[in-house]
Amino acid sequence: MRPMFAKRTRAEADAAPDALVSRRVFLKAGAAVGGGLLLHAVLPPAVRGAMAAPAEAGSLNAFIRIAPDNVVWIMSKNPEIGQGIKTMLPMVIAEELDADWSDVRITQAPLDQARFGRQFAGGSMATPLNYDPLRRVGAAGRQMLVTAAARQWGVPVAECTTGSGAVAHAKSGRSARYGELAAAAAKLPVPDLASVTLKDPKTFKIIGRRIPGVDNPKIVTGQPLFGIDVDVPGMLYAVFEKCPVFGGKLKSANIDALKALPGVRDAFIVRASEANPGGDPQGVADGVAIVATRWWLASKARAKLEATWDEGPVAAQSSAGFAAKAKELAKGEPDSYLRRDGDVTGTLKAAAHRVEASYAYPFLSHLDLEPQNCTAHFHDGKITFWAPTQNPGPGAKLVAATLGISERDITVNMTRVGGGFGRRLRNDFMAEAAWISKQVGAPVKLLWNRQDDMRHDFYRPAGFHFFRAGLDNDGKLIAFADHFVTVGRRGTPADSANMDPNEFPAQLVADLEYGQSVIGSGVPTGPMRAPRSNALGFAFQSFIDELAHHAGRDPVDFRLALLGEPRVLVNSTGRPNALRDFDTGRMAAVLRKVADVSGWRDRAALPPRSGKGVAFYFSHLGYFAEVVQASVAISGDVKIDHVWVVADVGSQIVNPSGAEQQVQGAALDGIGQALGQAVTIDRGRVVEANFDAVLPLRINQAPPVEVQFLATDHPPTGLGEPGLPPVIPALCNAIFAATGKRIRTLPIDAAMLKA
Amino acid sequence: MAFSIEVNHVKHTVDVDGDMPLLWVLRDELNLKGSKFGCGAGLCGACTVHLDGHAVRSCIMPISAVGNAAVATIEGMADHAVGKKLQAAWLELDVPQCGYCQAGQIMSATDLLGKNPHPTDADIDAAMAGNVCRCCSYTRIRAGIKKAALSRSTSAR
Repeated sequence: MRPMFAKRTRAEADAAPDALVSRRVFLKAGAAVGGGLLLHAVLPPAVRGAMAAPAEAGSLNAFIRIAPDNVVWIMSKNPEIGQGIKTMLPMVIAEELDADWSDVRITQAPLDQARFGRQFAGGSMATPLNYDPLRRVGAAGRQMLVTAAARQWGVPVAECTTGSGAVAHAKSGRSARYGELAAAAAKLPVPDLASVTLKDPKTFKIIGRRIPGVDNPKIVTGQPLFGIDVDVPGMLYAVFEKCPVFGGKLKSANIDALKALPGVRDAFIVRASEANPGGDPQGVADGVAIVATRWWLASKARAKLEATWDEGPVAAQSSAGFAAKAKELAKGEPDSYLRRDGDVTGTLKAAAHRVEASYAYPFLSHLDLEPQNCTAHFHDGKITFWAPTQNPGPGAKLVAATLGISERDITVNMTRVGGGFGRRLRNDFMAEAAWISKQVGAPVKLLWNRQDDMRHDFYRPAGFHFFRAGLDNDGKLIAFADHFVTVGRRGTPADSANMDPNEFPAQLVADLEYGQSVIGSGVPTGPMRAPRSNALGFAFQSFIDELAHHAGRDPVDFRLALLGEPRVLVNSTGRPNALRDFDTGRMAAVLRKVADVSGWRDRAALPPRSGKGVAFYFSHLGYFAEVVQASVAISGDVKIDHVWVVADVGSQIVNPSGAEQQVQGAALDGIGQALGQAVTIDRGRVVEANFDAVLPLRINQAPPVEVQFLATDHPPTGLGEPGLPPVIPALCNAIFAATGKRIRTLPIDAAMLKA
Repeated sequence: MAFSIEVNHVKHTVDVDGDMPLLWVLRDELNLKGSKFGCGAGLCGACTVHLDGHAVRSCIMPISAVGNAAVATIEGMADHAVGKKLQAAWLELDVPQCGYCQAGQIMSATDLLGKNPHPTDADIDAAMAGNVCRCCSYTRIRAGIKKAALSRSTSAR
């Protein structure tokens, strides 16, 4: 079988927290083609985080080019996966440049991490990593334009002002558009980015404005934008069938018969032993490639494929088997402890009330609506990609290893991405397209079908929690224990199947322990929107709700009491790390606010079988508290009436339109998972194959989601992920309030909720 | 075999197998990339186009079944009385997130407003439940349909 855990690739969320405080930036300037101003900002290589894998060499860059016709060209460095980054990061530059947004045009950067620094869409990190540096890049540009104008006019720089893409000198009544000044400005020395003057946020004109996505006009008119839309002259189309069982090997296939089918240009066996000798879990697996003049013809040929497989050891694994094994493991001691504070056993014995409950959640598929695809053209020892990837840098490395070529010979054009959710942080589709293009010597568009996409994912890992807790006579939580049973190999959790020792309520309960046991699994796993948190939030915040109920306390009050006085709980390493240090005051504030806006205190007035549930979660630097109101029909069907979200992501929302969308989308995404999504493993393969078996949320299930941001005096942080984790436990807690029945296994089983 | 097909008021002839879905004829024979492939089974609506004004899932509609019906795609909506209102509403409300499903959403919404100029929330839910938005931009899709409906009735006066 393929080694699934050869090397842990930590979720990109864990990248570079130190860079959050890095303020050293350097800037080079040069004349742009056409005589405009080109700014080339170079930040020091991203500093790696306390728990991150080594950061890639590279630096953060941004480009501004101002043309003589006043058009301001801004380079967007990161992949656009629907999180709005292609609009939002250029807004930050344009603000400090004091450009007029209507003059701004945006270009998608190709992969070039020597120029642009790390280019990825993950971990909700774009805002925290780029907000301050890109403001400075814009401010430096503005300063150069002002200096150029002051010299031309022979007036002091301090007397010049800017606004809407022009410099003005009030005393003399002179003004000039940026386009007129750009050529002169480009010849000036570049200011020190660390000391450029930034605007007072009160004077922002672009940041804080609802600005629509820059690609929207092409989206609503159906212009080609996405990876699947790429068309290269002479391009062929490929399909690739892999063993349905993870890690299976191909024994034989009717290649000659396939080659004779209409439109088929080539068909061949791909061996992982040749294409992926290192056994990279993201690398090429055994399979059969069929290349045809049209994708439809390749697909038709695939229907005639007769392949036999050596399914290997994973064929013995199943979701049911994992669940049974978890139950068995829960009876014994954990393999290891993530943390062990005080004396849980003793305190539990002495506790007035003891509560035990077990929670389980399934594997999940990412369900990107645009199936995985990639266009590659290998020629003369070099390869060019048009790739819908969230993570092009590691993709290029993977391809270099697959083909045995240098990364210098790899060009990656980033297309717009039809949904990422973490799936496209893994670049298996790039390696496959590369191998196939090299074999056929032509540009090839590899396109998976929905079944491929659902059955060959890097799944959100399944997991099991066996909780025990003790309450004293006053309903105070005095002991807390979790035996976390996860999937992995040889005692090590699989990718994104781990738990942080700082998981709430660590440090808030003196006697607390988190044990961990690992079930051997060959199912590929990886990050999915709010990795780890999307599952841990459900288990922990649901169990906390059970404790509030047993304590006879209001679920909001019980949580507030647990949070206690406002303070920062530094993570267990003792070294500050913004991603893992938990500010109880920020969480209490959003919790109080969401209780306010949701009418929490008036919930007794709800009709029978309706209820409100609450939950909070801290992830990706964001503090989120959410209330769900749900109604449960006599049939057991759950209707979600309303969702309220209050978030603290710092001092500034860059683009309120995009921010609101990300939070609404994340909350609804979580509801969809809870209502109808599970990937079942049976005989080492995924049972489900399409949207009739794994159910994406649909419009008739989507409640209104009200979002409020609490502005606080903290640096702005990201929004792609942290809105998701609290919504699932808030929904399950609402169902308990409505029915008295606890959801301890996802997805929600309506049959269990029948009146 | 050769098929004649009219797409967005333009006649084409394509030489393909009769079982080739209309989606792939549009995308790979006629180079109209706006209609999207999502599931291949009529379950997600990303491929939605109009046949004689009615929304259909082009991923499961063989070219041989199209016959003389006029096909309209997202690329033709800028010239469509209802479609262009929806496009404008989508832009104004910043509806898309990743944007992959939005062509299909607009095609289904155009069909809906053509038949029911003032849909209620329940009407919208019923007509649009076949179109998945994986990013869950549903709140704005609903608002976009209502805005387009309102702007139609205003401009009709």
